[in-house]
Amino acid sequence: MSARREVAIVSYAQTSFAPHTKLNDAELVMEAVTAALERAQLPRKQIGFCVSGSSDYLTGMPFSFVGALDAVGAWPPIQESHVEMDGAWALYEAWVRLLHGDIDTALVYAFGRSSLGDLQDVLVAQLDPYYLAPLGVDPNSLAALQARALLDTGRASERDFAEVATRCKRTAGGAPLDAPYVVSPLRAHDCPPVNDGAAAIVLAAGDRARALCKRPAWIRGIDHRIEAHSLGARDLTRSSSTTLAAVEAGVHTAPIEIAELHAPYSHQELIVKEALQLGDGVRINPSGGALAANPLMVAGLARIGEAAQQILDDNARRTLGHATSGPCLQQNLVCVMEASS
Amino acid sequence: MAADDETLTAPYLLTYDYRRSCGPVIGRFLAGLRAGRIEGVRTAGGRVIVPPVEYDPDNGEPTGDFVAVSSTGTVVSWAWVVEPRPNHPLARPFAWALIKLDGADTAMLHAVDAGRPSRIKTGARVKARFAAERSGHIRDLACFELEDA
Amino acid sequence: MSDGGADDKIEIVKGFIAPVRLRYTVNAGRASSRFLRGLTEGRILGQRCPVCHKVNVPPRGACPTCGVPTEEDVQLGEVGTVTTFCIININFDAKARELPYAAASIVLDGADTTLFHLIQEVPVAKVRMGMRVRAVWAAERGPSLESIDHFKPAGEPDAPYDSYKDHL
Repeated sequence: MSARREVAIVSYAQTSFAPHTKLNDAELVMEAVTAALERAQLPRKQIGFCVSGSSDYLTGMPFSFVGALDAVGAWPPIQESHVEMDGAWALYEAWVRLLHGDIDTALVYAFGRSSLGDLQDVLVAQLDPYYLAPLGVDPNSLAALQARALLDTGRASERDFAEVATRCKRTAGGAPLDAPYVVSPLRAHDCPPVNDGAAAIVLAAGDRARALCKRPAWIRGIDHRIEAHSLGARDLTRSSSTTLAAVEAGVHTAPIEIAELHAPYSHQELIVKEALQLGDGVRINPSGGALAANPLMVAGLARIGEAAQQILDDNARRTLGHATSGPCLQQNLVCVMEASS
Repeated sequence: MAADDETLTAPYLLTYDYRRSCGPVIGRFLAGLRAGRIEGVRTAGGRVIVPPVEYDPDNGEPTGDFVAVSSTGTVVSWAWVVEPRPNHPLARPFAWALIKLDGADTAMLHAVDAGRPSRIKTGARVKARFAAERSGHIRDLACFELEDA
Repeated sequence: MSDGGADDKIEIVKGFIAPVRLRYTVNAGRASSRFLRGLTEGRILGQRCPVCHKVNVPPRGACPTCGVPTEEDVQLGEVGTVTTFCIININFDAKARELPYAAASIVLDGADTTLFHLIQEVPVAKVRMGMRVRAVWAAERGPSLESIDHFKPAGEPDAPYDSYKDHL
């Protein structure tokens, strides 16, 4: 295979991930996109390709991504795409698009306002409509089934879950084991908060990246894999798709210093960490991860953005961003970034 | 209604009745439930998948013959619901469980009416409780109950 | 109804109704909230883009052409020009007007984008491009475009095509 074009993250920005925003989608996206473009000093009209990730079900508004385009300025007509997925998958599309070679920059953004509806109802709509959705099985319950399966293997305890929660959430009083269950074996501290927010990333290729950024976060490998939807058809205690994506993304070719893992539930961090075979020396989720703030459709892109920012800020030389989608870690994306050698 | 000085909010109910077509595999399974029995499909590799799917989740090959499985099985994992939601199968606290029915190689998700959390565990034996009125729907299985109850 | 007999006698389930019922509290955002509040007060507000200086109505807090935030509110006139229209011959809901009725894209004086609304008080056959129309406020106003009951002929000569050709 011929040498791939080098593509890097040159800037990252996000809104605050608050429990509720008073902004509409375009206003929310505007904040993140404007900040990301300003950091890269890239005028809107110079963006080669624009791609976003969001879900209409969060706000109940069909084709809401079209309205959010007002934040980009789609005139004269722009090259644009959208994925009904976390923005991390939009970033994957932008990366592929940049490999084509005819454009040098791309804008990726994601937005989600989870506070307008009830996520425990809304997320039922992502399930198999014949066997699962009619049961009304909510995301907390699905995660709890996975957590129980992990406990049953003996590879983790409820105390391990609490330790993850304590580190990520940094709440006063920690994560007490005598707290009541939400859905056993998960307590409130093991579950993600509800957040609204948007995030944006600017990608650039080759010399354009070097011109836009002193210390680009070069994407050395990125891959995503999916497993069967049916929970009964897979081993919920292992994330095979993460393991495979990690190998394909080249995670193990050199040590990772910082990893941002998209694990909305505390036990999922343990499963993903194990699947990535990260050693004990790796700093996990210094941002707090999705347990600290979980704007749906944004949290995965934010993991990649946070991991990239560690390179942009000269805190690390090699980092990893991970994103997940679907019930019980069904689909996983791994992105490895490095500073220039 | 005004939420505050700046932004306006309003209640909004999104409602739509989708008509789901079932196809020959799911349709056959649901017809079985309507008749009070549970069936799976056998893959080329010999595994029995319950509830049945059109293609083998391992390799995408079409699945084969229907196989009757027991309405009794074993809990593979479970989660205790303290406060049931309005759209859940049971109105009182219950367990979700992944249940491997006798004769099946995969687990299916459903509710177990176990009364209290101390009565259920991984490995517990459960049996299906069919709804009195059935229409060819996954909820023709009202729930599962403990075999020794 | 299946009797549980031989396979070839099983009547498979063809389909079922899968209702979706999701409750939201929608949030209009800053710009739309200002616009809707204006309607309650009997005013039509747009927003001017700081880059291209065009006035967008209804405003969404961003200029769709330039992709920059819009902050400056502009009060628009109640008179505008029909840029295009259609005749509705099918009843959509109980609140609909007597059939047939006309709906039109209207570029209000001072605005650069069009508003969609009903045309009444004129036979549908007489509705035309370039027609000058005036907003008729509803008896009771609220934070909704229904605060404007409809538009009616303004009694002015038609606007020349060149004056609205960029708003089609």
